[in-house]
Amino acid sequence: MKYAFFPGCVSRGGCPELYPAAKLICQRLDIELQEMPGASCTGAGVLQEKNEFLGDTLNARTFAMAEDLGLPIMTICSTCQGVMSQANHRMKSNPEYLAKVNVELAEEGLEYNGNAEPKHLLWILIEDYGLEKLEPLITRPLAGIRLAPFYGCYILRPTNALDFEDNPERQNSLERLIETLGATVVDFAGKTRCCGFPILTINEKNSMAMVGKHTAEAKDLGADAMVTPCPLCHLNLDAFQPKASAQAQRSIDLPIIHMPQAIGLAMGITPKDLGLQRHIVSTKALITKLGVAAG
Amino acid sequence: MDVTFKIKRYDPEVEAPESYWQDFSLTLDDSATVLDGLIKIREEIDGTLSLRCSCRSAICGSCAMRINGHAGLACKMQVRLAVDDDNVIIIEPAGVMPVVKDLVVDFDMFWSKIMAVDPYLRPEGPEPDAEYIASNEAMLHLSGVTACIMCGACVSDCTVMEVDPTFLGPAALAKAYRFTADPRDGDAQGVSRDRLEALNGPTGMWDCTRCAECVEVCPKGVAPMDRIMALREQAINAGFDNTYGARHAEAFSSSLEHSGQLDELRLVPNTVGVFNLPVLLNMAPEALRALTHGKLPPIIHKKIENADRVRKLFRRVEDPDRS
Repeated sequence: MKYAFFPGCVSRGGCPELYPAAKLICQRLDIELQEMPGASCTGAGVLQEKNEFLGDTLNARTFAMAEDLGLPIMTICSTCQGVMSQANHRMKSNPEYLAKVNVELAEEGLEYNGNAEPKHLLWILIEDYGLEKLEPLITRPLAGIRLAPFYGCYILRPTNALDFEDNPERQNSLERLIETLGATVVDFAGKTRCCGFPILTINEKNSMAMVGKHTAEAKDLGADAMVTPCPLCHLNLDAFQPKASAQAQRSIDLPIIHMPQAIGLAMGITPKDLGLQRHIVSTKALITKLGVAAG
Repeated sequence: MDVTFKIKRYDPEVEAPESYWQDFSLTLDDSATVLDGLIKIREEIDGTLSLRCSCRSAICGSCAMRINGHAGLACKMQVRLAVDDDNVIIIEPAGVMPVVKDLVVDFDMFWSKIMAVDPYLRPEGPEPDAEYIASNEAMLHLSGVTACIMCGACVSDCTVMEVDPTFLGPAALAKAYRFTADPRDGDAQGVSRDRLEALNGPTGMWDCTRCAECVEVCPKGVAPMDRIMALREQAINAGFDNTYGARHAEAFSSSLEHSGQLDELRLVPNTVGVFNLPVLLNMAPEALRALTHGKLPPIIHKKIENADRVRKLFRRVEDPDRS
């Protein structure tokens, strides 16, 4: 299996532990990754507030590069996934719009033919790879560990752009993955809600209220950690959890794990190689409960 | 079809009222809607069950409630599609708004927000001799947003209003867009500057997190979040570009323009202002923790390969002289 790899900005910026962890587990899964060094940021929905056409054209540029490589695109970020899917949906459902985008791409000799289908590693594992093929690679099941799923809005909504009708298993993909890793799913209302990251610099109080509400809810239900396929959610839920905890006037102390790190732990990769020491909320108690050396 | 309705109930008239769950088992036709089921319960099992409904045709907007955790119209959802493997369906009152009794919520907050955006045309300048004229083409794009039936489903599931009820919210902001995007509203060019200025303030358009819950639950395809994004674009284009939200979009966009990817390290100072010490100091503990955990984004920001091509694309598309 081979994919055109779109790691996104945050996996190498604010969450630098994510990129190597994702590459490490893909190596174990025998998934080959082809980087696209000329691909730009998706615009993350922010550029789209200013100019949606420009944002869509940037994504079409990336899709055209993947088409030239003849490879499907893999993302490791819920936000990248959602923004790409939305752009793709607008272009695929409106040939005139796609033609307008292609006029811009032609300036640098690119053309998008509408064949890209960007997929998050989470979806790839379930739809392309198969959880049954992942199972034999689980050498250290996360038995006894209680994990709360946290999806990130963009990988859940709007469902028409994410093709949920044809792929209903996407709705509970993270729970199924957690179960495959041998851990116990902590189901809670906040799992599909917003982490508050997009308004962090605009309305910090509301953003922190969201972090506090969801992490505290999972913690109170006995979660050992929260697992997320979105590095932007991770930034807010982990790096800003101390601030959210202060605002909520209660202790929370819930480790937030990137999805590839959870997979890596179950594959027997050391916590250090997965970058768990780089988290703001300490992962030590979780590692101790797992009964492994930190590495 | 034998089904169980698990309903969250609340009676304000008992001593120390608290919400509680009650199960009702009933037999329904395969074609029955959730509302059919609720009415049957009220008429045949428990006459004290309170709910609002009227048209039964997804037109009046009375029966919005949470069905299996998400807001929707009870009359639009078929029971056979809503039940789980055990034929159970979970019914709760709409969220955010206070519960009056059982499935009835108090809409005062909803209406006060709609009223706050002046939901009527406000043309500026001299009155025309006859009526205000708007071309069909100029009005067509409003057909989506005028489909709103004020059911409150979007407000019920808004992730911001859940933590901050002062937010204007998706319904009122979509209603505001219905007027800012109307060519008859505002100045001679159809720009509603006063409205945009007001909506640009605290609790307005920039407080939306873009979580798309409202897009997902709206039973009429209004897509409130998309209207809020359009309001942001209108505000920036009208020159209201000095909010944290607008500056965040600008800083983000200029980072992409120059390097093809996001410069996370400079995004915050460029958004709040490099000399805005109180805000920057407030973020200092997080920056310091990131630094000590080896998580601070690189000081020297890397460009993508052929970043100049992205820069040229930005310049072409954003050229103000382009038609």
